[in-house]
Amino acid sequence: MINISEVIETNKMIDQENLDVRTITMGISLLDCARATTVDALCRNVYDKIMSKAKNLVKTGEDISREFGIPIVNKRVSITPAAIVGSGICQSPDDYVKLCQTLDKVAHDIGINFLGGFSAIVSKGMTPSDEMLIRSLPQALATTELVCSSVNLGSTRTGINMDAVRLIGQTVKDIALATADRDSFGCVKFVALCNAPDDNPFMAGAFHGVSEPDAVINVGVSGPGVVKHALTHIHGQSFEVLCETVKKTAFKITRVGQLVAQEASRRLGVPFGIIDLSLAPTPAIGDSVADILKEMGLQQCGAPGTTAALALLNDQVKKGGVMASSYVGGLSGAFIPVSEDQGMIDSVRAGALTIEKLEAMTCVCSVGLDMIAIPGDTPATTISGIIADEAAIGMINQKTTAVRILPVIGKTVGEEVHYGGLLGYAPIMPVNKFDCSEFVNRAGRIPAPIHSFKN
Amino acid sequence: MANKAIITVVGKDTVGIIAKVCTYLAENNINILDISQTIVQDFFNMMMVVDVASSAKPFESLVSELGELGAGIGVQIKCQREDIFDKMHRI
Repeated sequence: MINISEVIETNKMIDQENLDVRTITMGISLLDCARATTVDALCRNVYDKIMSKAKNLVKTGEDISREFGIPIVNKRVSITPAAIVGSGICQSPDDYVKLCQTLDKVAHDIGINFLGGFSAIVSKGMTPSDEMLIRSLPQALATTELVCSSVNLGSTRTGINMDAVRLIGQTVKDIALATADRDSFGCVKFVALCNAPDDNPFMAGAFHGVSEPDAVINVGVSGPGVVKHALTHIHGQSFEVLCETVKKTAFKITRVGQLVAQEASRRLGVPFGIIDLSLAPTPAIGDSVADILKEMGLQQCGAPGTTAALALLNDQVKKGGVMASSYVGGLSGAFIPVSEDQGMIDSVRAGALTIEKLEAMTCVCSVGLDMIAIPGDTPATTISGIIADEAAIGMINQKTTAVRILPVIGKTVGEEVHYGGLLGYAPIMPVNKFDCSEFVNRAGRIPAPIHSFKN
Repeated sequence: MANKAIITVVGKDTVGIIAKVCTYLAENNINILDISQTIVQDFFNMMMVVDVASSAKPFESLVSELGELGAGIGVQIKCQREDIFDKMHRI
């Protein structure tokens, strides 16, 4: 039988170390909504399908949270990439804006935090539908609140679609301009990906891939604060002890996620998909991935040794988590957003952390350059260059990479941008001033790398 | 789902904490399977393993009513399904 010290340990993780389940995300296929002939009919079908599948999602999440005494921070929905759903029906970017507004309405009506999947998969080429969706983004994201968008620009098997990279660089700028009155908030809801997974529960990159069933429950766990706290007891000890401690902690965190996922799946009558083993920080003090790295022995995140420490952390989180869950998927690794992590913000302010160091860190951890505020006058081609660099890291290393970068119109280095809540705040970071436009403006795509030919 | 729950009481030790919790449990037909207590950093920690199968109230009501009972006597009372502890600490 469970003993009192185990009960105290679990409740201490929850009460004092910010242990939570970060998100229950219901993936919903909208492929069957495309039987419509008009945009209005499509929007109606989409609304009805999401409403019928997810109407009890928020209540179920809250019930589980109360009964087990574990916070479940977000309840979300991801959908089939909208550029596929709308391909036979939407005839203009305006039609996609309308679809996006429908998604926003249903998201509000069922009470979720975000809805992801206003997306296009263009890793090798763009269909007219994909391009229309991308061109709708500035207006779509400016006129909606809860819809997140992503574009998959490349993969290890296909190479990188540089035409799309170029278009997305300009689109990010246009989204920033369209939401300039809100510190370019629209960019928070858009991410450019390489090797995007079909089952990611985390925003802004969540979508419900075409390989998925009609509906599925994916759960993202969290708990940087728990890992950090565990490390406070082992200063000066060997790497073996360090790794074992991270692994054991990750196991415990993930077991809670697995329990919540199974309960949610059972109560909602929707199959369980995957657990995403991610250390997702929040701006709350102590709930920081950067603080874990500091706890390992770095003065600041960004100091020499940071990439190695992060690689160790990422690998041990996976090793501990994999055994704790029957199915692992999504992004699974440590997230290193800047604005959502107080330790990262402190490191940027101290001058320890630059975009270039963050780029190096993305080689060894989950995802990529995330929630990084840059000057609003950064050229679109430079943003495309940053996206291309990240996509190249993902393509060559067979991992997911992403760029969620925020060119804040009207602000420059030395200033800060505040988004509030889980999105936090960020100092504007300097960007390399040298020009890459001739490279980015070349037409076509970067071929798939040699190690993609595995057949 | 299993009908076992863990009730924890954390706070400053005062007279009658256990009595009040036990009275509430008896009134709601909840059987106590195990009880243990310890002092951690000057705080009174009590844990009960209980069986809620015969309780007429939904689990959520037990959670909120025990929470209110605790607030009334200045301690924190939680009632959680046992699975969360079991999953975390047992393979």
